[in-house]
Amino acid sequence: MAIEVSIPTILRTYTDGAKSVEAAGATLSELIADLEAQFPGLADRLVEDGSLRRFVNIYINDEDVRFLGGIDAPLTDGDNVTVLPAVAGGA
Amino acid sequence: MRYDCLLDSVGHTPLIGLPNLSPSKDVRLWAKLEDRNPTGSVKDRAALAMIEAAEADGSLTPGCTILEPTSGNTGISLAMAARLKGYKLICVMPENTSPERSQLLRMWGAEIISSPAAGGSNEAVRVAKQVAAENPDWVMLYQYGNPANAQAHYRTTGPELLQDLPTITHFVAGLGTTGTLMGCGRFLREKVPGISIVAAEPRYGELVYGLRNLDEGFVPELYDPSILTTRFSVGPLDAVRRTRELLELEGIFAGISTGAILHAALGVAAKAANAGEKADVAFIVCDGGWKYLSTGAYEGTLEEAEAALDGQLWA
Repeated sequence: MAIEVSIPTILRTYTDGAKSVEAAGATLSELIADLEAQFPGLADRLVEDGSLRRFVNIYINDEDVRFLGGIDAPLTDGDNVTVLPAVAGGA
Repeated sequence: MRYDCLLDSVGHTPLIGLPNLSPSKDVRLWAKLEDRNPTGSVKDRAALAMIEAAEADGSLTPGCTILEPTSGNTGISLAMAARLKGYKLICVMPENTSPERSQLLRMWGAEIISSPAAGGSNEAVRVAKQVAAENPDWVMLYQYGNPANAQAHYRTTGPELLQDLPTITHFVAGLGTTGTLMGCGRFLREKVPGISIVAAEPRYGELVYGLRNLDEGFVPELYDPSILTTRFSVGPLDAVRRTRELLELEGIFAGISTGAILHAALGVAAKAANAGEKADVAFIVCDGGWKYLSTGAYEGTLEEAEAALDGQLWA
């Protein structure tokens, strides 16, 4: 099962500079475990004590995973996952 | 409508039905035209409320200097109010904002401190906090954490929506300071059981997410995720596409952030229509398109517009 994961600039040191990588998992937590197996150290930048880090946003098909079950959010083949740092919006 | 002065005319904006964009007679879209405020954006509400709150608690006194990080609209609203009320305004604004915004700010008499493009509004907030620490007699209203911002929408925008659309089922707005969503959301949740409160946040180009480390990330102090039903990230291609559709199908000339909000609104409307539910989806038109004409969003193909917006703070 292939899910495309878009990686922000700040975390590309873990992915050899790749903007986008493929990973697998039936939930976000499984996906992050697979990412960690491929790119050691990445999981710790995303997750802390079993939940997403405060300044990390992850979206499944452009929807914020915090409203989809968080780390347990379900994934299906062909989903797009986007990781972004939380930044101040326009105002 | 007659008002004694411009500041009294903030709010009371029209709610316009969108028969051509609505999926069906049972699922209707409604646009709240916040560009009809005195300086042309929804930010007039928060700016005036923050100034009045600071006057009331004594932190803002005649002749004071106000300092504020802004990507444009809040600064423009504050500049107008500051001019009429006799305050000096200094805005910290990222340099990757359209020139219309700095021209308007200067016309209303504001001074601009530029913050670096990389990091976007994050940098503006950081620089403003630094400048505030160096100038303790200046008053930073700080829209990202000022309860008067959300309170303005709890007190005015929310009640206006409910009065004009008692059958409202969904409210969709942009997520910047989070003030509109927190204030309207809190009000509507109290009055309308089961209402959906939906956030649309702009997804910018990579430059804007250029933090040195993740600990420099930022979540506005006003943000309370328990108010929201869900939250969508909308990129420039969808935002521009919807901005153009709003003009072509309904005649409304809006800014690019409104296109991002409409994209999310159309998503929840389609979902309701597919489920066979009745829905009245109201969303915020934050401002008109005038201040963004120079960005390239309004001419050429969608792909050309997307490329032109890369690296710009378009919402």
